[in-house]
Amino acid sequence: MAVAAAIVCTASLAACSGDDGGAPELTWYINPDAGGQDAVAEACSTDAYTISTQVLPQDSSQQRIQLARRIAADDPSIDLMSLDPPFTAEFANAGYLAEIPQDMQDAFREQAFDSAAEAATWEDELVVAPFWSNTQVLWYRKSFVEKAGIDMDQPVTWDQIIQAASENGGKIGVQANKYEGYSVWINALISGAGGQIASETDRGADAEIDIASEAGQEAARVIEELTASEAAPADLSVSNEGTSGTTFGGDQGSFLVNWTYIWGNYGDDRLGDDIGFARYPQTVEGEESRPPYGGIGIGVSSSSDNEEEAIEALECLTSPENQGLNAELTQNMPSSEAGYDQPALKELFPPELVALFQESLETAAPRTVSPYWSDMSSAIQSTWHPPSAVDQETPEQSANFIEEILNGDSLL
Amino acid sequence: MSTAVAPDSERDTGRATKAKDSDRSVAENRLGQKLVAPAVIMMVLVTAWPMAQALYLSLFRYRLTTPDDREFVGLGNYGTVLTDSLFWRDTWNTVLIMVITVGVELVIGFAFAMVMHKIMIARGLMRTSILIPYGIITVVSAFAWQFAFSLNNGFVNSWLPFFEDNFNWFGDHWPAMFAIMVSEIWKTTPFMALLLLAGLSQVSEDMLEAAEVDGASWWQRLWKVILPNMRAAIMVAVLFRALDAYRIFDQIYIMTKGAQDTESISFLTYRQVIEQMQLGMGSALSVLLFLSVLILAFGIVKLFRVDLAQARGEG
Repeated sequence: MAVAAAIVCTASLAACSGDDGGAPELTWYINPDAGGQDAVAEACSTDAYTISTQVLPQDSSQQRIQLARRIAADDPSIDLMSLDPPFTAEFANAGYLAEIPQDMQDAFREQAFDSAAEAATWEDELVVAPFWSNTQVLWYRKSFVEKAGIDMDQPVTWDQIIQAASENGGKIGVQANKYEGYSVWINALISGAGGQIASETDRGADAEIDIASEAGQEAARVIEELTASEAAPADLSVSNEGTSGTTFGGDQGSFLVNWTYIWGNYGDDRLGDDIGFARYPQTVEGEESRPPYGGIGIGVSSSSDNEEEAIEALECLTSPENQGLNAELTQNMPSSEAGYDQPALKELFPPELVALFQESLETAAPRTVSPYWSDMSSAIQSTWHPPSAVDQETPEQSANFIEEILNGDSLL
Repeated sequence: MSTAVAPDSERDTGRATKAKDSDRSVAENRLGQKLVAPAVIMMVLVTAWPMAQALYLSLFRYRLTTPDDREFVGLGNYGTVLTDSLFWRDTWNTVLIMVITVGVELVIGFAFAMVMHKIMIARGLMRTSILIPYGIITVVSAFAWQFAFSLNNGFVNSWLPFFEDNFNWFGDHWPAMFAIMVSEIWKTTPFMALLLLAGLSQVSEDMLEAAEVDGASWWQRLWKVILPNMRAAIMVAVLFRALDAYRIFDQIYIMTKGAQDTESISFLTYRQVIEQMQLGMGSALSVLLFLSVLILAFGIVKLFRVDLAQARGEG
């Protein structure tokens, strides 16, 4: 390895980070996408530094593992990284993220949506720069809804769509494999009923676990109802964003909760202009739904040799223009209103959809911001999976299990 | 009919000389020790050191992402692991996978070995084609079987009678375990066959002919002559495969990620160390995994009552 690196370095001196004289090369570890971050990296390369990208694994848990292990071992080859919001607190708490100067923090906070800024904050410090923000909406097949006779202009509940789908031979696409996406769904259901998974998370492992509540039981009820109904797809217990998208595009496609990029998922034809969209379904009738929040914040590694340049680069990488550029190429939506104002986006999405995304983002419920989120999430996945085993006892069981895990009394 | 085994005179003389070693064997032993010393030192450096490190780490509560919380807990991690139902459930899964896959592989592998041994035409081609699955990377074979059983793009349901087209193999414990085991068996049976073939070719044709002349049926020759004379080879095959199967990881990682309670001990250890970065707890698990593999190896050697020295062909 070292020999190979040495050869590469002699061949092109300028490209080697840390070499005195030449402009340093900043390495940005990105989550896989359709080329948006590559384009942004190129746009932000200046005479002072060039930014190159390295792709992380597809699975967000694997992204976390790779980044954490490398930074824990003081790997200087990571300068910038795209971080999923649920792991931001853990990284900040472990000291993996270089501090962002206060004036830049203020500027980023000013620019971003509230939910995006909240997800990027740990102990009152903005620790990553919000880059793109994602949320889920309820996608539906227009032809199916017409057949079922539901008015999609009014907010709908999970009960309603489950009933409509099962009565009309449709399958509902959700994410219920044993993975982070299932926790996203559960968190949205609980938040939609006015609850939360945990609070007082600044106490670390002693956080208050609130999942065993009425809201938790409402969430369990929705999952129970779906799995017991005809609307449950056969692959429910192994479904993820991709497979649920396939179900939605198939003959029995009816409803789907999924991220913003679904709009571009079926080509320009959009299943014969059959895709409709509405606000994320309500867990409890009359109570405003809380759609999931996802996205990416860009952090600077505390082990980077080029910390100063990397922090400087954040400003360009997360500028409204580049958020727009990224959204144009990947359909991953901007984390700021200014990003939404980019002309390219206006052509990409119908104005009602852009308005729905923005409205959803404003009310989105981020996952619990805690350095122990990945433990909580895994504990939830082990007690709530398979979905067919969920019943009214599940919230209570998962609360006990999470507490045991955080106390180190149980294996996860 | 009694069991016919090759005379054990070598073993007897071995025992006799053990009492007082000749000058020559002492000198040979010394030379042997010197020759093996560099390898032993290397082994200590690359395996014993990490093992000692794991043993040391297992006494701490230590998480990579909260390094300040590091605390000495003695045998606390072992206590947590050994009293946890998840550990025992995963151990049960692992033992089950090991017993079933090794059992099935032994039978199929033996049949393959017989074919490879007896076949006269296209011998090279036949042997090669039997060995192909073993040449395929485990992860690739796991993906292949995952796709085959998958509900979205698999073909297994449409090939099998009595299964509905929308049967989800990874949706329940037993079907998922079945899929994992099929993948494991498909991949490693050739290895078993290869080891058994070596044993098969050591069975003396003279003895087989003598048994045939004595009027032994095919079945009797198999059970009374071939298998007893292959005992050492079977032991080696079962030992290797059992230890491999006990550490099963790839198939589970690719096919279910441990969902539907299909987790093995290796997978549990991986999750503790790699995913949760619990270096202390994970090290305790690796130590336990190591111990159970040792016990397993010891048990199999005892079960087959094979003298390892004899298996090496030493006097």
